[in-house]
Amino acid sequence: MNAVLQLRDVQRTHGTGEAAVHALAGITLDVLAGELVAVMGPSGSGKSTLLNLAGGLDAPDAGEVLVEGVALSTLRRRELAGLRRRSVGYVFQALNLLPSLTAVENVALPLELDGLAARKARPLAEAALAEVELDGYADRFPDEMSGGQQQRVAIARALVGQRRLVLADEPTGALDSVTGEAVLRLLRARVDAGAAAVLVTHEARHAAWADRVVFLRDGRIVDASGPLTQPEQLLEPAS
Amino acid sequence: MSIRHGLLALLERGPRYGYQLRAEFEDSTGSTWPLNIGQVYTTLNRLDRDGLVRALPENDGGQRPYEITGEGRAELALWFATPIARADRPRDELAIKLALAITTPGIDVQAVVMAQRSATMRALQEYTRLKRTDAELPWRLVLESMIFQSEAELRWLDHCETALVRYDKPAPAPLPTHDDTPREARR
Repeated sequence: MNAVLQLRDVQRTHGTGEAAVHALAGITLDVLAGELVAVMGPSGSGKSTLLNLAGGLDAPDAGEVLVEGVALSTLRRRELAGLRRRSVGYVFQALNLLPSLTAVENVALPLELDGLAARKARPLAEAALAEVELDGYADRFPDEMSGGQQQRVAIARALVGQRRLVLADEPTGALDSVTGEAVLRLLRARVDAGAAAVLVTHEARHAAWADRVVFLRDGRIVDASGPLTQPEQLLEPAS
Repeated sequence: MSIRHGLLALLERGPRYGYQLRAEFEDSTGSTWPLNIGQVYTTLNRLDRDGLVRALPENDGGQRPYEITGEGRAELALWFATPIARADRPRDELAIKLALAITTPGIDVQAVVMAQRSATMRALQEYTRLKRTDAELPWRLVLESMIFQSEAELRWLDHCETALVRYDKPAPAPLPTHDDTPREARR
């Protein structure tokens, strides 16, 4: 069993009483190492809630989220923050790059927050920038780069270090189709190198880069597509 | 598109015999349109009859190459210059199937939509996988055409699903039963 992310009958309701919205109404989903799973669905179907729960940014009302076998509900707040920094990389549509930091400083930030000395973090950040073909841009500030380059910095920040789980929410957002495809290639390459990734998108053309596509409607998985590449899942006892 | 124009386009590169034409045709469409050699020879015979190609003497290997004629070139140029009309394409079986599913009693239209969406998504994943590998530009463009078509189909299926949520399937019109008919008419 090499599931990096496991959602076990996860439920999440926003609001209470009559105004309650069941954002997720019982989701069970495993994402294995080396697997890219795309999540599609109309707005309000629970896609972003799913991603926030997977990354420990939000907690379920019922059910359990496990990252690398660790149940997030068993962690103290500081442990959870540590796991988020070390194991989980996020790519959002809004890049959230800090404008006062250079590219390499932005990428190194999560490592330094995790207690790594700046001189040790820098070479790792430079390697991550090279991975997204931005060697030579390390000392540029975000406003000195194009939208596509900034997006790649954000991806390098998500991939830096040994993150085993990458969560991407419309990562090709405002990019033109060719640059958007480059972003997907990067994500795919990291997954092929052994990471697990969840890609939330409303573009079927982007979802098609995934090994498996899950469709959400009203907080439920209504449909899934993908070749049967994990026969071991079939052998798992239904408990 | 007809095989006819495909072969003319290949012959515009220079004389070729049947097996070469088949191989090059399949190469340029990434084998998405397999031809059998019989189709190639039948088409060449018709093109020859219509004066669009001309048979050359057999080579030492016993293969008979064909070359394009001036008329053939004109036909090819006209084909490239003429946009393809929507009406010339085959009818969309899926659209017809869904339209019938809505009016056929006992058919779960949502399930039909969902099954189709999974299948189309799988096809889209497969085309994307092929594109990721090593596609040269001509073959990549063919692939991307299929990618965009699948994407459009998925968008349309989403639209159908949304429309279906708001749609109440009409109860089938009751057929007249014997009990409703006047006693005399039963005979």
